[in-house]
Amino acid sequence: MTTHLNETTSFDADAQGWFGGPVEGFGGKFMPEALMKALDELDAAWKGAKADPEFVAEFDAILRDYANLPSPLYEAKRLSEQAGIRILLKREDLNHTGAHKIRNVLGQALLTKRMGKTRVIAETGAGQHGVASATAAAYFGLDCTVYMGKVDTERQALNVARMRLLGAEVIAVDSGSATLKDAINEALRDWVSSVEHTAYLFGTAAGPHPFPTLVRDLTRGIGDEAREQCLQQYGRLPDAIAACIGGGSNAIGLFTAFLEDPSVRIYGFEAGGDGFETGRHAATIVAADQGVLHGARTYVLQDEDGQTIESHSISAGLDYPGVGPQHAWLAKAGRATYEPVTDVEAMDAMALLARTEGIIPAIESAHALAGAMRIAPTLREELGPDATLLVNLSGRGDKDMGTAMEWFKLGDPDDETGDVSK
Amino acid sequence: MTTTSSAFATAKAEGRAALVGYLPAGFPDVDGSIEAIRTMVAAGCDVIEIGLPYSDPVMDGPTIQAAAQQALERGVRTRDVLRTVEAVAATGVPTLVMTYWNPVEKYGVDRFAADLKSAGGAGLITPDITPDYGQAWIAAADAHDLDKVFLVAPSSTDERIAMTTAACRGFVYATGVMGVTGGKQATTDVVGPLVTRTKALAPAGLPVGVGVGVSTGDQAAAIAAHSDGVIVGSAFVRAILENQGDKAAYLKALSTLTEELAAGVRRA
Ligand SMILES: Cc1ncc(COP(=O)(O)O)c(C=O)c1O
Repeated sequence: MTTHLNETTSFDADAQGWFGGPVEGFGGKFMPEALMKALDELDAAWKGAKADPEFVAEFDAILRDYANLPSPLYEAKRLSEQAGIRILLKREDLNHTGAHKIRNVLGQALLTKRMGKTRVIAETGAGQHGVASATAAAYFGLDCTVYMGKVDTERQALNVARMRLLGAEVIAVDSGSATLKDAINEALRDWVSSVEHTAYLFGTAAGPHPFPTLVRDLTRGIGDEAREQCLQQYGRLPDAIAACIGGGSNAIGLFTAFLEDPSVRIYGFEAGGDGFETGRHAATIVAADQGVLHGARTYVLQDEDGQTIESHSISAGLDYPGVGPQHAWLAKAGRATYEPVTDVEAMDAMALLARTEGIIPAIESAHALAGAMRIAPTLREELGPDATLLVNLSGRGDKDMGTAMEWFKLGDPDDETGDVSK
Repeated sequence: MTTTSSAFATAKAEGRAALVGYLPAGFPDVDGSIEAIRTMVAAGCDVIEIGLPYSDPVMDGPTIQAAAQQALERGVRTRDVLRTVEAVAATGVPTLVMTYWNPVEKYGVDRFAADLKSAGGAGLITPDITPDYGQAWIAAADAHDLDKVFLVAPSSTDERIAMTTAACRGFVYATGVMGVTGGKQATTDVVGPLVTRTKALAPAGLPVGVGVGVSTGDQAAAIAAHSDGVIVGSAFVRAILENQGDKAAYLKALSTLTEELAAGVRRA
């Protein structure tokens, strides 16, 4: 299986990075002048690399031999019984480092090498992208600094330890709300000072052009593989596909291969936190308030004055007040549907998958599962029991066991509330 | 009426660089910042930049971040910034707003331009938009007769410097270091070549101001030798932070610093 790095769709950005054009659309490159040359160079380097068969072959070989790809497409039979339709899981949880994120960082690090830079920086929320970046840096022998909100370093101490064991420097960011958005700010500040020899490995399909396109290209293997696997295994396309939305990398990675298949319904599930109506959520697209954050025009959680509002989610990987501009465009263009999933729904889905399939999903991915179970009855009603819904299981839940222990009270065998079979 | 370009022209006629001073609005509080900036004007700033506090200031180091955060925590609003502009511009000094883009977009680009103009503001300095992504602002600024100050950096290509300076009105802001405010010090080996390139590529007569990394009279003198204007921000913020809670003390510190810098730009 080869990745389709260089293929285009009718939902791509134009040369200036606009999805849907500069007036109606989203994206662009709202950045300090100091970084514009580096962004232009990155854009040019990526265009060259993805058209170079040698680069593509090397990327594919690394994904295969090192990252354990392609990931299987797995029919979740017991879950399907409950859903009343066929549920297929794209098993990105089985990838090296436990999530889809390894695709993006290996690609960007390989590009860094090609560009002759020697150091990488990254932001991280839960620590997954930080761990993936530290891993790629170790693999390629690059220096690595990871910026992480101070609040997150405390919530995710294990991932801090992983990054440090992998040889990365982890810097706790204390400014602003001391979470993911502030880690991005700090990484950008580092980059302004270090851009000559440093590459910024952006962790999701957001940020200034060319990052939304670069990250999309690197993660689109998820959907390219899944589409081919589905055709091979079932002789047909899925009727619907679903993924969770943080910044949007695993989702755009899945969606891209299906954008030109009009029969395939596309769903993105955002973090609904305490419930959309409470205002404590990270459902940026559902809120649909346009703004500019971290270099792109997109939907942003913001107050009346355009100050960014802190997002809320039990899932650190979805806890971001912006979203990738291509998703904003797919929503506006009507090609994909975005809905919120609450903390409670996601945690229920986490337990459900654990019990029915013996798979503990990342809480991020559990949002996609919860959303899938929500739309399954409609698909069954319209298409019958043969309806097929393909869900991106973007990562595994090991990192979330602390949260799960607390949520389900799993720590004390005498505490019956921890018995999720009841 | 003194405009940004006439303030630069006056300084040039006096054989010196202009002194441009920055403080965020609402820091330490709205009225405090008005008094602080008026003190800077009285002590010798030729042009004023009022910062619009923003939640995600990617071009600013810890000093200005702290000031902006304090202002926001106190509840400063965009309309308070415009009130600050009005009070400062009333002194007759050309008064620009330095702002990240999203608050302007949220306010409404044309409405912001109109309200800034009627407050007596001279224009905007925009650290996170460049002319190639700033069409909406350029149109609004032109419609309301406002200055457009874009930035050039040591990393800018010649092509980008030409494009950027062609879109500027008032002056072009050359960042003296590759880095954020309040960090590394600007040095003439970086500033000299950047200003030379900018002068060569810019429309004739567009002043070049150098900011980021200038905090003392000696540095101001060194940078003034290479430029038309010296821009100072973090050092003024620090003067307040170090004397916070004691208004007489911080006003005195601001005044002393302004005099030192004003002497610096005259020493070159
Ligand atoms: C397993 C997993 N899924 C999803 C996400 C959300 O990111 P994105 O929307 O970019 O896929 C994360 C982020 O940390 C993650 O770790």
